[in-house]
Amino acid sequence: MRNWVAAGLALVMSYGQQMELAAAQTSTLDTVKSRGQLQCGVSTGLAGFGAPNDAGVWQGLDVDICRAVASAVLKDADKIKFVPLTAKERFTALQSGEIDLLSRNTTWTMSRDTAAGLNFTGINYYDGQGFMVKKTLDVVSAKELSGASICVQTGTTTELNLADYFRSNKMEYNPVVFEKLSEALGAYNAGRCDAFTTDVSQLYSIRLTLGNANDHIVLPEIISKEPLGPVVRQGDPQWANIVRWTLFAMINAEELGVTQSNVDQMKNSKNPAIRRLLGVEGEYGVAMGVDKDWAYHIIKLVGNYGESFDRNVGAGSPLGIARGQNALWRDGGLQYAPPIR
Amino acid sequence: MTRATKARADQRPSRSLTDYFYDPKSRGIMLQLTVAVILIWLIWSVVDNTIRNLEAQGIAAGFGFLRNTSGFDISQSLISYTSTDTHGRAFLVGLLNTLLVAVVGVVLATVIGFVIGIARLSQNWLVSTLAAVYIETIRNVPPLLMLFAVYFGVIKTLPRPRDSIEFPFATYLNLRGLYLPRPIWDEAIWFVLLAFVIGFIAAFWINRRAKKIQIETGVQPRVLFPVLGCVLGLPALAFVLAGFPVSFDVPQLGRFNLRGGFVISPEFIALVSGLTLYTAAFIAEIVRSGILSVPKGQREAASALGLRDGQVMRLIIIPQALRVIIPPLTNQYLNLTKNSSLAVAIGYPDLVSVFAGTVLNLTNQAVEVIIMTMAVYLSLSLLTSVFMNWFNARVALVER
Amino acid sequence: MQRMRDMDRTSWQVAIQWAQVNLFSSWWSTALTLFGLLISYWIIHAVVDWAIIRAVFTGSDGSACRVPGAGACWPFITNKFKLFMYGRYPLDELWRVNLTYVLALAGLVPLMLPGVPGKLWLSIYMLVVFPIIAYFLLTGAEWLGLPIVTTDLWGGLLVTLVVACVGIAASFPIGIVLALARRSELPLIKWLAIIFIEFVRGVPLVTVLFFASVMLPLFLPENVTFDKLLRALIGVALFAAAYMAEVVRGGLQAIPRGQFEAADALGMSYPQKMGLIVLPQALKLVIPGIVNSFIALFKDTSLVLIIGLFDLLGIVKQAIQSDAKWFAPQTAATGYVFAAFVFWLFCFGMSRYSAWLETRLNSGQRH
Repeated sequence: MRNWVAAGLALVMSYGQQMELAAAQTSTLDTVKSRGQLQCGVSTGLAGFGAPNDAGVWQGLDVDICRAVASAVLKDADKIKFVPLTAKERFTALQSGEIDLLSRNTTWTMSRDTAAGLNFTGINYYDGQGFMVKKTLDVVSAKELSGASICVQTGTTTELNLADYFRSNKMEYNPVVFEKLSEALGAYNAGRCDAFTTDVSQLYSIRLTLGNANDHIVLPEIISKEPLGPVVRQGDPQWANIVRWTLFAMINAEELGVTQSNVDQMKNSKNPAIRRLLGVEGEYGVAMGVDKDWAYHIIKLVGNYGESFDRNVGAGSPLGIARGQNALWRDGGLQYAPPIR
Repeated sequence: MTRATKARADQRPSRSLTDYFYDPKSRGIMLQLTVAVILIWLIWSVVDNTIRNLEAQGIAAGFGFLRNTSGFDISQSLISYTSTDTHGRAFLVGLLNTLLVAVVGVVLATVIGFVIGIARLSQNWLVSTLAAVYIETIRNVPPLLMLFAVYFGVIKTLPRPRDSIEFPFATYLNLRGLYLPRPIWDEAIWFVLLAFVIGFIAAFWINRRAKKIQIETGVQPRVLFPVLGCVLGLPALAFVLAGFPVSFDVPQLGRFNLRGGFVISPEFIALVSGLTLYTAAFIAEIVRSGILSVPKGQREAASALGLRDGQVMRLIIIPQALRVIIPPLTNQYLNLTKNSSLAVAIGYPDLVSVFAGTVLNLTNQAVEVIIMTMAVYLSLSLLTSVFMNWFNARVALVER
Repeated sequence: MQRMRDMDRTSWQVAIQWAQVNLFSSWWSTALTLFGLLISYWIIHAVVDWAIIRAVFTGSDGSACRVPGAGACWPFITNKFKLFMYGRYPLDELWRVNLTYVLALAGLVPLMLPGVPGKLWLSIYMLVVFPIIAYFLLTGAEWLGLPIVTTDLWGGLLVTLVVACVGIAASFPIGIVLALARRSELPLIKWLAIIFIEFVRGVPLVTVLFFASVMLPLFLPENVTFDKLLRALIGVALFAAAYMAEVVRGGLQAIPRGQFEAADALGMSYPQKMGLIVLPQALKLVIPGIVNSFIALFKDTSLVLIIGLFDLLGIVKQAIQSDAKWFAPQTAATGYVFAAFVFWLFCFGMSRYSAWLETRLNSGQRH
């Protein structure tokens, strides 16, 4: 009765159109399939990770995760409703079922993974918090920043790391906290702050925006671990597997040299690992509820991890971030995917 | 209608159902009952849903988080605060910062608003046109954009710390803020405070006495100097007698910033001036229409009595105009207070920034945080309304 | 006005005389004039220098704007103009948005001009027919062959207008009900109205929007979710309704008691009394107030960016901070100035209209 009337109320308020009622027990996979669309929570606009381009098409490393999951499940990288979310809203949106998947530079922490009803499925970007300062200050280490003003964007972990770092090193500082990146950066650039702090990936991209990038340096200290990755609701292991293995498939594809352009030829490859990945041998996708050629569609429509990285944040993008920790394990990085077998 | 009402109507055949329906009294009761039932059900269902959802998502409910360590720093605080303090204390810091902006903003906006409102009515064409352009430009732009403009205007104009503008008394201005020497009071300061209180009471007494003499004899005694002597002279004398019980913490150039002293941040300056300039445009219009509402005859009669222009304004026009001005002025004060919640956009740590921003992000306790934030603004609004109503009643009394 | 007309009959003497009277009548006035001239020069010089002399006018990315000392970066606006106006609404479907605008203007313009006949039918068109048409035009309808355009694709000025217009339209009936309830003799109704109105008027819109975006999902049963735009609309409409209620109440108070008593004496029921006698008179009086509320609401829509919706200001900000191609020192300022100008254009137009209406109403009363 209560639900019925509440639903009625919601119906009245929404003119009966935008509301969505889904039975609590159905799996996310079935919901997505029957809807024919993936609802993916993304950033409200972060260059390289998730932002619409001039034509209004969402692009970015995080956005590619959404596209890859849609490719694996729906065989179409565009059947996605992107829901831009602020830091405040992102978890509520996931918990309330507004989105199926959150791929929005979210740091994997213990409390989030265990206490907030969330489930992290992997790491698509290894990041860490760092500092950027003007060269003219002659600062070469974050240890010299005692007494500095520091511009920071209000976020969940950035402010805390900053406070921890300065407290543990017994240094003073003056935080100037902004809600949006653009203002925090504008204030830093105008000289309001001596240093700007955020995840290092962003520092490099931001540096480009400041006119002469060589006037600013990123200090060597990384003061925190920021493993960023896609998140799903807790309690749906099947869906979590799909998202987890989508990322693994992209990483494995890079390792095996399977790219967007050669994926069709690779289907004839003799390498058993490639054959298993592309579903030529075995039926590995079926066990988690998708077709056996799920990874083929991911690579065909989105590309492997290296391609996605390159296109969005790496050498092929205006940001030009080096692979660093995000290189494959065999190249000295941390990206390592379990084998498909 | 339900069967029960029908049954009741049958028992008393003298009044049929339609009688009940058309009787204003019983219809009113029925209407109110219906509303009450719907309301109670609505509240119950919302509370029930919320509790279920919170449980399902494993989010803790209650205000216990206020006692947890906050772990983040705040750039400006009227009370002592570090990252080892609690979320509750962070809430207090944000609240006080909001109050500070609201109080300073209200005072400045009133002053500037009156000046521009009067300038709008100036005989000087250029002055009144400039005032009109100001009002029409500012009023029609969102306050958020106004704040951006002022903030980036302020920090782009001011010099870097090394090239600070120097003022007398070790005061410096640069884009890190306005640095003032911070007074450090000795114990003997209570002596000066005491002198101040005594002087104030004495001045009050002199004023009353002067008024009495004026009512009795019609002669207006000169009280300016005696009053000033009591309010300023007495404490000054005490200050000297106590042996200058104050020393100053003077700001000095450190590696990055000036160190020490008392700092007023550029965010505060920008927020206050942005809100002030925005609200002043509205107050100016209110003042203008208030002054225009005073009949022309009043001004002419006052001039005929030989009052000078300034006196006409101060003694005749403004007191009468205030009656028209105060109610809408109250609204503007409330708007200013509410608009101060935009502070987060330009980096000022107000309540919304610190509490509904950082604390909400850290604790995920949206319900408690938003309710507390709303409650604060609500109480501020109610307090302002109560005060302004009281003031309005005082002004209105003059009418008789 | 007289002064201006004198100016038009220019001859040197008239001009000098005018200046003597209006600019240099006394030492004080002369000082003010000089001060005013100084300020005017300073502002005009700064604006012209930034917006024209040092500005960059052509380019297909931000490289030209990255030159040191460059002023406004106008190609940022021209290249993204469509994005700022329509958001990511599909290009092939833009005619639907434009048609909606045309239909709105077709109804609004005659409605806003006093003296045009058929106000009743126009009102019905604007309040009932137009919203239905606009709804299907904008969101789409398969049975009409219009592809569905979900609201996550809407943005820019379109969202600003939708939020402001739906907010004001929805707040209108709610506001009237609240205003009547506040004057009701039934204590429960009256107090509920007072509590609601004072509560909403006492809190900033930002917190109401937080409420709608962060708390509302927790209040609903599991797996019932709303469109984000709709949540914001609910918040904005309730917020605007409280202000509207006070505007309408002002109008109700201006109606002489005799009108109420006469209606009672004629044996009219409450709905008849209010609907036929009181409200038509009261609402006419408060039209300027309603337009002013609309202006306030229009400006306030810029706050929906805080909950991640892309209204005009929101989408400009998004473009500024996330499009690496356009990163340049003056991009942000250019974007904000553009947004401010668009807001100003709308609000100034409406405030002129409201002022004009007010003088008309006042002069009408004097006859």
